[in-house]
Order: sequence, then C-alpha cells, then structure tokens
Amino acid sequence: MRHYKALLAFAGAMVLASIVLVAVRGFNYSIDFTGGNMLQLEFPEKVEVGQVREAMSKVGYGSAVIQSYSDTGVMIRMQGSSDLTPNELRDKIVAAVDALHSGAVKLVNFEMVGPTVGGELRNQALLASTIALAGILLYITVRFRFRFALVSVLALVHDTLLTLGLFSLLQQEVGMTFIAAILTTIGYSLNNTIVILDRVRENWHKLAKIGMEQLLDDSINQTLARTINTSLTTFMPVLAFYVWGGPVLAGFSLAIMCGIIVGGFSSACVTTSILYAWQLKSPER
Amino acid sequence: MLRKDRWRLIVMIAVIAVSAFVVLRGKVNLGLDLRGGAHIVLQATGTADAPITPDSLDRLRTVLEKRVNQYGLTEPTLQKQGTDRMIVDLPGVEDPQAALRLIGKTALLEFRRVVRTLYQAGALPPQAQRKNYDSDEEYNAAVARWNAYKEQQEKNKVEAAEQVKNFKGEDGQIAATDDSGSIFLLDKVLLTGNELSNARQDHDQLGRPAVSIEFNSDGAKMFDEATAATVGQRLAMVLDGSVISAPNVNERISGGKAIITGHFTPEESKNLAIMLRAGALPVNVSILENRSVGPSLGADSINAGMYAGLVGLAAVFLFMIVYYRLWGVTADISLCCTMLVLFALLVAFRATLTLPGIAGIILTIGMAVDSNILIFERIKEEMAAGKTPNAALTSGFGNALTAILDSNITTVIAAAVLYYFGSGPLRGFAMTLTLGIIASLFSALVVNRVLLQFMVNYGSKTFRVERQ
Repeated sequence: MRHYKALLAFAGAMVLASIVLVAVRGFNYSIDFTGGNMLQLEFPEKVEVGQVREAMSKVGYGSAVIQSYSDTGVMIRMQGSSDLTPNELRDKIVAAVDALHSGAVKLVNFEMVGPTVGGELRNQALLASTIALAGILLYITVRFRFRFALVSVLALVHDTLLTLGLFSLLQQEVGMTFIAAILTTIGYSLNNTIVILDRVRENWHKLAKIGMEQLLDDSINQTLARTINTSLTTFMPVLAFYVWGGPVLAGFSLAIMCGIIVGGFSSACVTTSILYAWQLKSPER
Repeated sequence: MLRKDRWRLIVMIAVIAVSAFVVLRGKVNLGLDLRGGAHIVLQATGTADAPITPDSLDRLRTVLEKRVNQYGLTEPTLQKQGTDRMIVDLPGVEDPQAALRLIGKTALLEFRRVVRTLYQAGALPPQAQRKNYDSDEEYNAAVARWNAYKEQQEKNKVEAAEQVKNFKGEDGQIAATDDSGSIFLLDKVLLTGNELSNARQDHDQLGRPAVSIEFNSDGAKMFDEATAATVGQRLAMVLDGSVISAPNVNERISGGKAIITGHFTPEESKNLAIMLRAGALPVNVSILENRSVGPSLGADSINAGMYAGLVGLAAVFLFMIVYYRLWGVTADISLCCTMLVLFALLVAFRATLTLPGIAGIILTIGMAVDSNILIFERIKEEMAAGKTPNAALTSGFGNALTAILDSNITTVIAAAVLYYFGSGPLRGFAMTLTLGIIASLFSALVVNRVLLQFMVNYGSKTFRVERQ
C-alpha cells in the first residue's frame, strides 16, 4: 500500500485515456445498435478486401464497412438501404461480388436489423448493465460492508471503461456480444475482488493491532498466488477460443481476455488503494 | 471413514453416474447459430381497417404456423413478444430469402374489375437504323419520331404515376400496377382469398407455372356473379396491392374454379399456393430483424468451438499438474466431472446450446478451477500455520467456502441479468455460464473433497508441510 498513490494515478490515467479515446475515435458499432445489414461471404478462392470494395462500389455501396476475417471470407456491414428491401440489397451485392469469381460465392450469414430495433437493443444493453451493477452493489453491501461494495463497483467501472477504450482503439465491433462480454467481465472481475475483500474481511479484526496498511498488504499477499493462478487458468481457454474459435466470436473473446487482465489488476490494486485512501480520510473500525 | 465422508462419496458417485447416463442417452439442443437457420422478428402494424387487437398476434401465429408447416420445415418456433411482435425461428432454412418470402407477405388476394387502363407499359419499337433509310433526312426524321414517341410514353408514365399517387378512390376503387409497369384503375373488391377452399401449384395451358384455385360454396356463387358482371371486360387478380394477372372474362364461370397465371417461377407458384391455403395474414407485418446463419457456418462454428475448448482444457490440465502436482490431478479430475455434470444439466433442462454458449462453457473451464485453487491455497496456509493435514483440510474447505460462494453468486447475478435482457444466443451464454457454476460448485465442494480426503487418509506425502 506504500505505492497506493502511484497505483491510483496509473489507474486514473488509463481511465482518462480510455474516455478520451472513446470520445475521439468513437466505436465501431455493429448493426445490433445502428440497424442495417451484415453479410458474411465465403469465396471459393482467396480474395482481397479491395476487390470486394471495388465490386461493391460499382453497384453504389462503396461506403460499406468491409472486413476480412480469413483468406476467403469477408464480412460486409452497411446501413439499411431505403429504396431496396434488405433481401434485394443482399441479392444485388452477392451478384456484384460473384462477378469477381468463376465459382459461386456463398452467403453463410446474413443479419438485418431494423433501425428501431437497433436503438432498442442499445437501450436494453445499457439497462442490463445498470441493473447488474445495482444488484451487485446491493449484494456486496449486504455480505460485506458498503465501502467494499462501492469500491468494487468503482473497480468494475474502471474495467469496463478500459475495455471500451481498447475496443475504441482497435475499432473492434461493439454489439450485443460485446455487452455479453462486458457483463461476463464484470462477473469475473468481481470474483477476484471478492476473494481479496473476503480476506480483508477476515483480517479486519486485527485492524486495531496492525493498522490498515499492513492489513491490506497482508490480504493481498495471502491471496496473490490464487489471483494469479486463476487469472491464468481463465485466460488460457479464452485465448484458445480467440485463436481457434472462428471469426464470429473473436471480438467477444478479445473483450473477455482484456477484462481478465484489467480485472486482475483492478481487483488487487485499485480496490485496495481506494479502500486505503478512504480509510486514511475517514477511518472505519 | 467418517460418516460425512461416506455421504460425500455416495453423492459423488450417484451424481456422476446419473450425469453419465443422461449425457449418453440424451441429445443437446442446438441453437440456430449452430444448426443453421433463420431468426426473424416481425412487427405487426395496424391499419385503419385492420387495427391490432389483443388476439391479432394469436391469429397471426395461426396463419404463420399453417404456412410454415406446409412448407415442410422441421421444428419451427413462433413466439409472441409484447403485444405486437412475433419471433419466428426457422431451423434448417438454407435460403433466408425463401423463409422471408413465405412469412413476410400478407398474401391478401382480391378480385376486382378493371375500369380502365391508365398506362399501358410496352416495349418501345426498335430504334431506327440508318441502313433502312434511303437518305439522311428520312433517317433523321425517323429518329426524331422515335424520340418524340419515347418522350410521350415517359410523360404518360409519369402522369399515370401521379394519378396513382394522388388517387382518391370513391366507392372502394384503387389504382394498382402490375409487374410490367402498367397501371390500372380498379373497381371495388368483388371477392377475396377468404372465400378459397383450396389452392394448388399447377400449370396453365402453355405449361407455365400457375396456381389453380377452388372457391367454397359462398365463394363460388360470388365468383359466378363477379364473372357475370365482367363478361367482355378484364377481371384483375390483385395480391397485396399488386396486379398479378388481369385476364379477359369471356363467359361467366359458375364452377367455382379458376387458374391464376402470372409470371411465376415454380417456387413462386408453390409459395403462393401455400399462402392462399393458409390464409392471408390478419395484420400487416414488417421485418424488424432477420438473422440467417447458413448451416455450413453452423457446423464450422461447432468444430471451432470444440477444438478451442479441448485446447483450453488441455492447457488448464497441464498448468494445474505443473503447479499443484498431485493436488492438481484432483483438480483436473473434478474439472472433468464439472464438464460431465454441465452437459448433463444442459440435456436435462433442454437448454439450447448456442455459439456464445460454447464460449460460456470455455469460460467455465477456467472459472471452475478457481474454486479448487482457492481451496488449495487455503489448505496450504492452514498447514503452514501448524494444523494437521486432516484439520487443515476441514478448515481449508470451511474458510474458502465464503469466498467461493460470494464470488460465484455475483457471476450468477450478471448471468441472470443477461438472461433476462438478452435474446437467443446470449441467453444460451447466460444459461451455460450459470449451469457451469452449479456444476463447478458441486465438483469443487464434493468431488475435490472426496479425493483430497482420500489422499489424507492414505497418508499422502503431499500433505506434509512443505511448499508444493
């Protein structure tokens, strides 16, 4: 806890950086939130994003977002077209792109989300996150004490903001699966926090004797091995999923991996630093 | 062996046996994103003469069910959402377009007399060619005539379109176009598809795809009157506001049978027959969401997920053995039990496994080991503090319990929120995460305990007070 000021400053800087990133770069919203169409195409042979863009410009859709996730696969995202029905739109694109190749281009995945639904999903996501946090706040207050609860939630907000910042930086897609990843990270990071706070709770009766700094240091040290090991054992399978799990959930895995790393740091360092600073300001028994 | 230990052993064996049985005999329900299929959300919109009533959705569901069943799809699901939305899941549909054509169309068939043709679309005559004319002037004159004709046609078309736009029909008249662009002024509705008793995919005299229809007794009478009133004129068949066919009526038809010809592909005539048989949708619907996953992607996703899962599992196995050695082996065994119980729960609850669900399972692998790690570290501490192996085991489990419960419960809270607010695939994730936690709690607290107790009872060297 000697370095609590440095740790808090570091955490604060990261949060600030993330907020700035988000404000400046914004998000790469998936059609879940903006409404629109997403087409996932598999080509019979290697294809470049540039080729696909060229073909699509010819039919007037050069502004679509095109990403390739493998040598032969691309994902195309676009706002809904007002004069064509979604399926006509899809057919037009497939026809244009098919012209590139002798073989047939396969449409393996197609999503269309109406604009009203997009807005709804966004609101739902916000509501879900807020309710989850509130529920967690309540539970920890009941099981531990209010300060612990507030400190935990602050750490979670820190984790979420950093993950958002990373996604803004990498311009990875933000959609419903991202929200699921965030909620998972919240639940998981909380695990870490609670294990550490559980130990603090257990050692609390020694507070008068050894003082807050020693108390927190001991608690962290006693749980350190477990924190590191669990982070590793959770990180490895998710990494495997990121590498081999296919393109559909790659972003999801990335968000969870980020959450694990950031969550580990915030549980051990951020929560305890805030608790310590708070204790210095207004001591509790 | 103590009584409690014996109970634990019995419970452990019982649960594992039942789980194995369930998994071997049962089947895991695959979600649309793994099976391939279409997930469509429909919004019912009311109009002045067809407003949304409390039973609108039920009637809509009935008609959609009939259509979908006749199309021959396996296990379609239709769910109401709120008061004006319907979720349709069509597994195994290869072509999302086809599914949409079937359920998105209102399919209201009307028979109306053609009052007059507002605009006749027709191909322009061939352009003048220089070689057909003797002199340049004649050629230029021909070109000028052709251009004038083209302009006139376009003006007619625009005028007719304007008329259609500003059309205020009295007495039920409407203006409608057909697929070639011709515009007709149509009289009020004489009868509708409600009067049909049957519709079949068929061919007209020239062998082109068509739909043959049969009216019920009331309908046959109405059709008889309708054709009697329009002898020598054209009777338009209007589907959802577009004219599909407007043949001349040569004589009155009293047999109650007719053939609808139009420019149908075989698939279109099949679909139309199905829609006419099932009935028109009672309300207008618009498509809010359409997510269609091709079955090949589904299969790929399953393979990718399983591969990643196995790799992850192996990595965790290895790590535990390297770091905790013999205790790590017990953790790995409990991990296997966790997976077994998890799949058994999935089968038992008929939960739907989706791709995010597979991700949830993979996450569970990592988190399940957490409980074990908590317990191991605690036992080490207790022994370092001087307790005997047996006592250390007991207090280790006891003290670690609060941390295990609290941390897992908060994850369940997050999963519950996700389940409530999520849809389809995300629910699958929340489900597997929650079931995974239940399974891992069982393994950590029961299986792990039994194995470690076993080791203590048989004086395992690993319980000496030394660093693992």
